[in-house]
Amino acid sequence: MTQLQIELDQLKADITEMWMLVGHQLDKAMLAVKTFDKNYAREMIAGEKRVNSMELKIDRDCENIFALFNPVAIDLRFVLAILKINNNLERIGDIAESIGKYIITEKKPFDEILLEKTKLYLMFDAAKEIINDVLIAFNTEDTHLARSVFGKDAILDDIDAAASRIIAIHLRENIDLAEQALNVHAIIRRLERVGDQCKNIAEEIIFYLEAKVIKHK
Amino acid sequence: MVPENIGLNEDTYMQYKIEAQNLNLYYGAKQALANVSIGIHSNTVTAFIGPSGCGKSSLLRCFNRMNDLIDNVIIEGNVFIDGINIYNKTVDVFECRKKIGMVFQRPNPFPKSIFDNVAFGLRINDNPPKSIIKDIVEEALIKAALWDEVKDSLQKSALALSGGQQQRLCIARAIAVKPSILLMDEPASALDPISTAKIEELIYQLKDSFTIVVVTHNMQQAARISDKTAFFYMGELIEFDETEKIFTNPAKNATQNYITGRFG
Repeated sequence: MTQLQIELDQLKADITEMWMLVGHQLDKAMLAVKTFDKNYAREMIAGEKRVNSMELKIDRDCENIFALFNPVAIDLRFVLAILKINNNLERIGDIAESIGKYIITEKKPFDEILLEKTKLYLMFDAAKEIINDVLIAFNTEDTHLARSVFGKDAILDDIDAAASRIIAIHLRENIDLAEQALNVHAIIRRLERVGDQCKNIAEEIIFYLEAKVIKHK
Repeated sequence: MVPENIGLNEDTYMQYKIEAQNLNLYYGAKQALANVSIGIHSNTVTAFIGPSGCGKSSLLRCFNRMNDLIDNVIIEGNVFIDGINIYNKTVDVFECRKKIGMVFQRPNPFPKSIFDNVAFGLRINDNPPKSIIKDIVEEALIKAALWDEVKDSLQKSALALSGGQQQRLCIARAIAVKPSILLMDEPASALDPISTAKIEELIYQLKDSFTIVVVTHNMQQAARISDKTAFFYMGELIEFDETEKIFTNPAKNATQNYITGRFG
């Protein structure tokens, strides 16, 4: 095995670790919403520092591989894809952190009826499933699975699109929960962005494996 | 005006500066090139890459019939330069080679002055008046990016120059006779990184005036300097495409395995 291959394998292991860490962050975000346990939220906000430091390490490793090994062809595409996936994962980490901050500022547990109506838990599950799908697609080099993410992202988009109307109705009926309803809406908007980040990741996986650029198409 | 009965290929005459068609080359019983067909456009840099013994240098030497000098060589197929089959019996090899300059792996200046090295080809060919030779030598040294370094020491021995300067002198000597093609067989492999960078920069600039074919073992050099890259393996042309394509998304697995170092 060449030294370049060893470096690429290590990069793959590191990005997989980052991927799982970000997935756990999102799990904790959902747990914090469900249990209204602010300690989960604090733990997640602390975990974001680890996500950030991993992002910097992976960026630096990519730079070193470019400088020292001059990767070409599929190796070049792999490192370019890792750079972008790294950035997308860090953004998902930011999203989880921002959800944690909403929970910390919230005074009362979330209204279960509102969460039910807005399908917030379903959205969390869908977001987590998409993150897992792109991770499996990446590790098994399955571009078919990567492409399936574009369809699954529509679930998040639909929930987000319906949320404004549902929350507006809920606000009229529960004006005393206005702040909380707005926070739920903000969480929904952020979870919708998880889908967008995963779509970007799926595009990078397809670029790396098939050398096809499908973004903006 | 194209002479008659010299195996003119009308298509190549219009399209390619150099074209090999179904070229087979044997060194005795060993086949070095197997049915190679390739077309090279004017004013481009083409890199030949591949492992040792893959046939890239053999093909390069077919372009100026240098393999004719080797015993037991058998060549089948055609090589067209400007549409003319240079393996046609009526073609004058020496006239043909005038159009084609060659630069080798190791700088090989003559044990003469810098000026005489560059003037050598002019004197044995047309032998123009001294004033014209002087102008052409200066022009060749400028084109070879060596003039500023040697203009005050033209009568000094070429052997006193550094390796990188000697190689640029050899390029100046090759282009002084105004060829239209430059063949380079690993021109920078014996040079330090600074001299290599100068040769690469020079190749890049010279393509405006010449059609350049470079054999190199240095992948990054091929990527930096060439417009198109040909990958050879065991005498076969495996892939020939835009350099950008070869180094980002080659069509053949063998090419990808070679350029990424997974070969074998």
